[in-house]
Amino acid sequence: MRMWFVCRFCCPAAQSNSNPEWEAKVLEYFKGQLREKESHSWVPSLNDVPLHYLKPNSLVKFRCLVQDMFDPEFYMGVYETVDPSTKANVLRCGKYKDVTECGVDLNSRNTVTAERQTFYCVPIPGESPTVVSACQGKNQARVVPSTSYVPSRQKRSYEEDDDDMDTQPQKQREPHTGGKFGTPHGNGDSKRQETEAPSSQTTAPSDCSSHLDLNFPLPGERGPACLVKVYEGLDSFKLNDTLEIYGILSVNPVLTVLGEEKDPSLLLLNPTESMETPEEQRAHDPPASLVPRLHMLYARPLQHNNPLLPSAPTEDQSAFVSSFLVEMASVRAELLAYLTHVLLGDGLAAEYLLLHLISNVYTRRDVLPLGKFTLNLSGCPLNSYTERLYQIVQQLVPCSYRLSMSLHTMNSMRLVPKKDYVANRLVSGALQLARNTSLFLDETQLEQGQLDSSGVRNITALGNLISWQKVDYDFSYHQMEFPCNINVLVTSEGRSLLPSDCQVPLQPQVTPPNMEEYLTTIHMAQFTSQINKFRVYLSLARTLDYSISDEVTKAVEDDFVDMRKDDPQSVTAEDLHRMLVVARLLSLSLGQTTLSRDGWMRAKHIDMLRRSRTEQQKSLNGNEP
Amino acid sequence: MSSPTSTPVGSKRSRDDIPVTPSSDGLASPPSQRRRGQDSSNGDLPAMPTSPATDIASPAVHDTSLFSSPRRSGNFLPSEVDMSSPLMYGTPSSRVEGTPRSGVRGTPVRQRPDLGSARKAPQVDLHTELPSADGAVASEQAAGQKLVIWGTDVNVGTCKEKFQRFLQRFIDPTSNEDENAGLDLNEPLYMQKLEEISVIGEPVLNVNCSHVQSFDADLYRQLISYPQEVIPTFDMAVNELFFERFPDSILEHQIQVRPYNALKTRNMRSLNPEDIDQMITISGMVIRTSQLIPEMQEAFFQCQVCAFSTRVEVDRGRIAEPAVCRNCNTTHSLALIHNRSAFSDKQMIKVQESPDDMPAGQTPHTTIVYAHNDLVDKVQPGDRINITGIYRAVPMRENPRQSTVKSVYKTHIDVIHFRKTDEKRLHGLDEDSDQKLFTEERVQTLKELAAKPDVYERLSSALAPSIYEQEDIKKGILLQLFGGTRKDFSQTGRGNFRAEVNILLCGDPGTSKSQLLQYVFNLVPRGQYTSGKGSSAVGLTAYVMKDPETKQLVLQTGALVLSDNGICCIDEFDKMSDSTRSVLHEVMEQQTLSIAKAGIICQLNARTSVLAAANPVESQWNPKKTTIENIQLPHTLLSRFDLIFLMLDPQDEAYDRRLAHHLVALYYQSEEQIEEEFLDMAVLKDYIAYARTYINPRLNEEASQALIEAYVDMRKIGSGRGMVSAYPRQLESLIRLAEAHAKVRFSDKVETVDVEEAKRLHREALKQSATDPRTGFVDISILTTGMSATARKRKEEVAQALKKMIQSRGKTPAMKYQQLFDDLRGQSEAAITKDMFEEALRALADEDYLTVTGKTVRLL
Repeated sequence: MRMWFVCRFCCPAAQSNSNPEWEAKVLEYFKGQLREKESHSWVPSLNDVPLHYLKPNSLVKFRCLVQDMFDPEFYMGVYETVDPSTKANVLRCGKYKDVTECGVDLNSRNTVTAERQTFYCVPIPGESPTVVSACQGKNQARVVPSTSYVPSRQKRSYEEDDDDMDTQPQKQREPHTGGKFGTPHGNGDSKRQETEAPSSQTTAPSDCSSHLDLNFPLPGERGPACLVKVYEGLDSFKLNDTLEIYGILSVNPVLTVLGEEKDPSLLLLNPTESMETPEEQRAHDPPASLVPRLHMLYARPLQHNNPLLPSAPTEDQSAFVSSFLVEMASVRAELLAYLTHVLLGDGLAAEYLLLHLISNVYTRRDVLPLGKFTLNLSGCPLNSYTERLYQIVQQLVPCSYRLSMSLHTMNSMRLVPKKDYVANRLVSGALQLARNTSLFLDETQLEQGQLDSSGVRNITALGNLISWQKVDYDFSYHQMEFPCNINVLVTSEGRSLLPSDCQVPLQPQVTPPNMEEYLTTIHMAQFTSQINKFRVYLSLARTLDYSISDEVTKAVEDDFVDMRKDDPQSVTAEDLHRMLVVARLLSLSLGQTTLSRDGWMRAKHIDMLRRSRTEQQKSLNGNEP
Repeated sequence: MSSPTSTPVGSKRSRDDIPVTPSSDGLASPPSQRRRGQDSSNGDLPAMPTSPATDIASPAVHDTSLFSSPRRSGNFLPSEVDMSSPLMYGTPSSRVEGTPRSGVRGTPVRQRPDLGSARKAPQVDLHTELPSADGAVASEQAAGQKLVIWGTDVNVGTCKEKFQRFLQRFIDPTSNEDENAGLDLNEPLYMQKLEEISVIGEPVLNVNCSHVQSFDADLYRQLISYPQEVIPTFDMAVNELFFERFPDSILEHQIQVRPYNALKTRNMRSLNPEDIDQMITISGMVIRTSQLIPEMQEAFFQCQVCAFSTRVEVDRGRIAEPAVCRNCNTTHSLALIHNRSAFSDKQMIKVQESPDDMPAGQTPHTTIVYAHNDLVDKVQPGDRINITGIYRAVPMRENPRQSTVKSVYKTHIDVIHFRKTDEKRLHGLDEDSDQKLFTEERVQTLKELAAKPDVYERLSSALAPSIYEQEDIKKGILLQLFGGTRKDFSQTGRGNFRAEVNILLCGDPGTSKSQLLQYVFNLVPRGQYTSGKGSSAVGLTAYVMKDPETKQLVLQTGALVLSDNGICCIDEFDKMSDSTRSVLHEVMEQQTLSIAKAGIICQLNARTSVLAAANPVESQWNPKKTTIENIQLPHTLLSRFDLIFLMLDPQDEAYDRRLAHHLVALYYQSEEQIEEEFLDMAVLKDYIAYARTYINPRLNEEASQALIEAYVDMRKIGSGRGMVSAYPRQLESLIRLAEAHAKVRFSDKVETVDVEEAKRLHREALKQSATDPRTGFVDISILTTGMSATARKRKEEVAQALKKMIQSRGKTPAMKYQQLFDDLRGQSEAAITKDMFEEALRALADEDYLTVTGKTVRLL
C-alpha cells in the first residue's frame, strides 16, 4: 500500500531539458491518482506515523500550517554527472531532491537552474486530540519500521533497491511504478499483517527534539515540523494557510552532516560558509531526522480539519451536506440542551455560545471583517469552572486553545510572532493560529497588578485581534499585518476589559453544590456518537452559504427606522451590525440559508433579552460604564 | 606554457578583468618600455608576479585555448596583457614619463572584488570561430575588430568608444537628482563629474543607467547582461579620458565606474534564475550587517627550503596551493605567509524586501549582499536602500569526504552601488525615491479616470465604502491624502510652508471614526496608527537608546517621524496626556521635531498629516456646548487642524433608512461586488501616489483673486458682530485644500473650481465645529480662543449686573453667597446658572472688587 516515488520520472529530462511537459505530466498523474476515491487515505501521514517508520523517498502526506516562508532558493534542476570510471556524462534531474549524485560537473553547459521555495510547516496548532486520533483511524496506510521491512524488500530485486539509491543509469521505470500504484490492494494485505504491532504506535516521535526549538505557535505542542519544498504556484500560498501536502519524504542524513559540519579552517578560505550564523543554520537546516524535508507534489488547502466531514469539495460532500441538513434542527436542539446544562441552565447564554461557535469571518469590506462574533461571557463562577467549560468547548471544535490571562502569562508570554533576524526566521507566538480556531481567553485568572510593556503589547494585540481580526507581526523595523479568522471567547467575572461584539452575563439557574462533579457528569452523559454529531454540526453550519432577500432587507430597514423613531439613542448602527450578524448565525444554525422574517424577529428578540440582562447588571453594579 | 615569471607587475594587474589566453609564451618577455614605466612609477608598491599558473589550473582554459588564436591586430594591444591593465591603453605618446603617481599608468588600479574574480573570459574572434553566434555584431565591425569577449557579444574597443562618447556628450537638461546639484545641466553631465573627481580626488564615477539607456540602448543592454565584462571596459574608458584631460591629477587609485539605477529589476521577489550574473537594482531595507571580513585576494607562499616565494590568486573562492616549488623542485615545501598575502575588505549585509513590495499574507524575502572595499560600513541596519549589483549563484561546495552534494545554490548580490532612499529626505527634495514605477497602461487608466468630470465624487465614494455617507468627511480625507503643494521659503527665512492637511474628527462614539482611521492607515504606504491612550510623547516623537552591544547612542524614531510624508492616524486624541499632545504643536505647524536628549540635539523632519479622532468628554456629544467644551482640547492645538468635522448621529428617518439599507447590503453582497471594491482600492492607491509624485499645482490669477475674496468675506461675516471669523491660518488652509483639489483633477493649475470646493468644504467643517450653540453663528474664535465671543460678552454682562446690584445695596461689607445668588436670579431676565454666577464672582474678584471666603462674600 505504499506508493513509491521513483525518481525515474525525471529522467526523460535527460533527453530534452527544455521540455517542461514531463513535469506537468508527473503532477497530473499524482493528482489524478489522489483524486480517486479513498486513494489519499493510502498515503501514510507524517502527522500520525513516526518518522522512522516511513521509508525515505516515499510519498507521504502532512496536515499542517504554514508557519514561516523562507527565501526562495535556486537549485540544479538538471545537471550533468561524470562517471569517474567510464567518463560518461549523464544528465540528471534535481527536482524533488535535496542532494545530487556524485561527480557533478559544475561547469556543464547543460545545467539548468530552477527556483523553489521552502516553507516551514508545523502541525495545525491546538488541534484537538480527538481530531488527531480520528484522522489516524481514517488513514488506511499502515507502515512498518524501516528497520524491519525485509519481507517487502524481498519482492523487489536488488537492482531495484539500488534504484532507490539512484545510482544506476537511467532506465524506463514508469509503467512499473504506475502499476504498483494502481494495485495497492495487491500487496497491501500482506503488508498489513506485518505491521500489526507498530500500527498501535501513536506517540509523537520523542523528546529528543527538546534542544532544538521547533517553533510551534502554542506551548506544549508536539509533533513533527517539516521543511516543505514548493515548486509550483508559489504565490497561491499564504502564511498561516492550512494545507494537506502530498510530497516526497527526504530524510537524507547528508543534510544533517552538511549542516553541522563546521571546519573553522575551511571558514576562512571559504567565505560563502560564513554568511549564515549558527542560529540561522540551525533554523534553516535542522537535522533531517528531526525536521524531515518534504518535496511537494500537490497541496490541498483545507477548509476545515474536521475528520468527520468529507474533506474535498466533491459530489459526496454536497450529498453529505444535504443529508445532514434534514437533521440540523434536531441536532441543534440537542446541542442547545447540552450547552444549557453546561452553562448551569442558562438557555440564553447557551444560545449565544452556540452562535459564537459557528461564527466565521466570511469576508472583509476594506478593513472591516464581517461575520466575526466575539462573545464575552461575564459573571462566570470562579474555581475551575472556566477550565471545565474549556474542556467541553475543546471537545466540540477541531482546534482550540485556552489562554489563561493571568498577570504572569500576559507579561511573559509571546503572543505576537516576531521576526528573529539573527536566525532569519519568524519566531511564532500564540496568536499564530489556523483559521476558525477557538481561542478561549480566561479573564477570571487575571488578578490586580501591574502589566509591564510586553503585557500591554499583548493586551493590545488581543484587542486588535478581536476588533479587526488581524495580528500585527513584529518585524522589528516595521509591523506587518496578517488577517486572521479566530473565534474569540472571553470568560470574565465582570465586563471584560477587552472589546467584544456581544456581552452575555451568565445567570445560573442551578447552583450545584459540587461544580466539578456536576460538569463531569454532564460530560460523561454524552455518547461519543452524540458528540460526533455536534462536531459535524458545528463545522457544517459554518460552511453554509447565506443570503438576504430584497423583501427581508426592506423589512429590516423598516424595523430599524421604527426602532430609532421611539428612541434614537437605543439603537445605533453598531447595534444593527450586531443584530445582522446574530440573524445570520441564527439562520445558519437552523440550516436556513436565507434570512426569513421570523429569523429576523427571533434575532431581535434574543438581542433584546440579552440587552435587558446587561442593563439589569448595570443598574445592579451601578458604577459599570 | 607554464614558464614561470616573477616580473613585478605591481598591483596594477587587476584580477577582475579579462585575462587573455595564457597560450602565448610572450608573457615571459613583456615589452621593455612597459617594464621600465612600471619600475619607475611604483617602486613603492608591493611586487607581484603575473600568475599564469592559476589560469592553467582553471578548467576553462582547455576550452578557451581552442579559440585563442588570432589576437587583436598589432596597433592596439600587446596581446598577452590584461585588458584592464592601464598599460594597454596608453597611446605611445602618453607613455612619456609624467609626474610619478599621476596619469593612467601611474595610478594604481584598485581591485574590484565586486565584479568577481572567478570568471576569466578570453576574447574570441567571432569572424573565425563563431560566425553563427552573433553574426550581426561581427558584420557591423571593421575587419580588425571582430573580437568579442568569450561568451558575450561585447567588443572591447567598440564598447569603450561608445562609453567615452557617452561621457563626452550626454546632457540631461531635466535632471533633478540631488547628486547633480550644482552642475550645469546644459553641459555634458559626466564631464563635469570628472572635473569634480579631479578636484575632490574621490575616484568613483557614479553613472545612472537610465542615462546610458537613453543615450545608447545597445550599450545599456550589454551593461545589464555582461556587467562583469563591460564595467572594467568602462573603467578603462573613463581612466583614459580622465588622464587625458587632467594628466597631472593624483588619485588614490584609478577611477571606478559605479552604475546605478538599472531598470532590470525593482523587486526582490521578482529575482529569478535568469538574473544570475546580470546587473540588477533592487530596493530593500538593511536588517543586519556583519563584521568586516578580510577576504584573501592573493596568497603568498614561501618555500621552506629555498625561501623562494610565489603568489597565488584566488580562483572561485579557492587558493590552489602549489605542490612543488618551482625553484628547487621540492614537493610540499611551500607555506602560506599570512601577513604578506593580500586581503580585501568585505562585509555581508542582509537586506529585506521593503514592506510596500510585498503581496499580502506572505513574509518578506531576504537577500544576502556583499559589500567590498570602500562600500563596507556604508549602510546601517534599518536603512532603506537601493542596491545595484551583480546577482550571483554559487553552487554548494563539493566536499571531498562526500560523494553527494546539496543541489542548492547559494545566492547573493555583489554590490556595486548603494543608494540610500531615505537620505534624500534630509535635503527636502521631493520623494522621488519612493516613486512607484507606473506602467504606461496604468498611467493611461489613471489619466482617463482623472479626465472624468466627477472624479472627485468617484474617489471620495471609493474611500472606505463600508462607512456610510459622511460625504464631506470623506472628501476632506481625500484632500488630505493628496495634500497641498510643498513650498519652500527657506531662502527668505520663513522656512517651509506646511503642505499637509490636518483633520480632526470628533463625535459620538460608535460613528465608525476608528474604522475610517484604520482605512486611511491601510491605504497610505507610510501611515502610522496610534491610539492616544496607549502612546506617550516618546512613542510619538523619538527617543535615544543605548545599544547594549556597541554602547552607541541610537536615535529611535516614533510614529510621527516614521510617518514623514505620510499620514499619522491618532485615535482617542482626547485621551492623550497633555505632555504628549504638546509635542504635536511643533509637528502640526512647523513640520519638524526637535530633540534634545542625552547629548543628541537634532531636528527631524516630520512632514506628516495628522488625522485624529476624539470622543466628547461626556461620551455623548452635547449640542448645547461648543466644540472646545465638548472635547476639552486646548484651542492652540485645535486651530492647527485645517478641518474639524463632527461625526454625529443625525437621527432622522430618511438617514436611518439609507443607513440600514447600506448595512444590510454589506452583509449580503456577493463576492464579485466585493471584488470590484477591492480593485478600486488599488486604483485609488496608485491614483494618490501618482498625483502626489507628479502633480504640483500652482495658483493661477483668478484662483488667487477668488481666495482673497473668500478670505475677505470670511473676515466680514464676523466683523459685523464684533467677532473675528477668520485668521491667516484659515487662508492657508484654504490654499492647501484648493491645491489638493487641483491634484485630484491632475491639474497643474489651481483654478476657481478648486477654490470653490475648498471654500465649501471649509465652510461645511466650520459650520459643524465652530458654530456657537447659543447664537447659531459661525464663530472662529471658538476654535482660536476656546470661547465664543458671545459667551465672553455674556460673562461680562453678568459680572456687570452683579456689580451694579451690589453697589445699589449700599455699604454692606459682607453678604451671604446664597442670598446674593437668589437676588441676582430674581433681578435678571435671563436664566442665570450657578456656574455663571460663580464666573461673575471670579471676574469681580479679579478686579479686586470683592473676595469670596466660604459662604460669604466680602467687599474690599
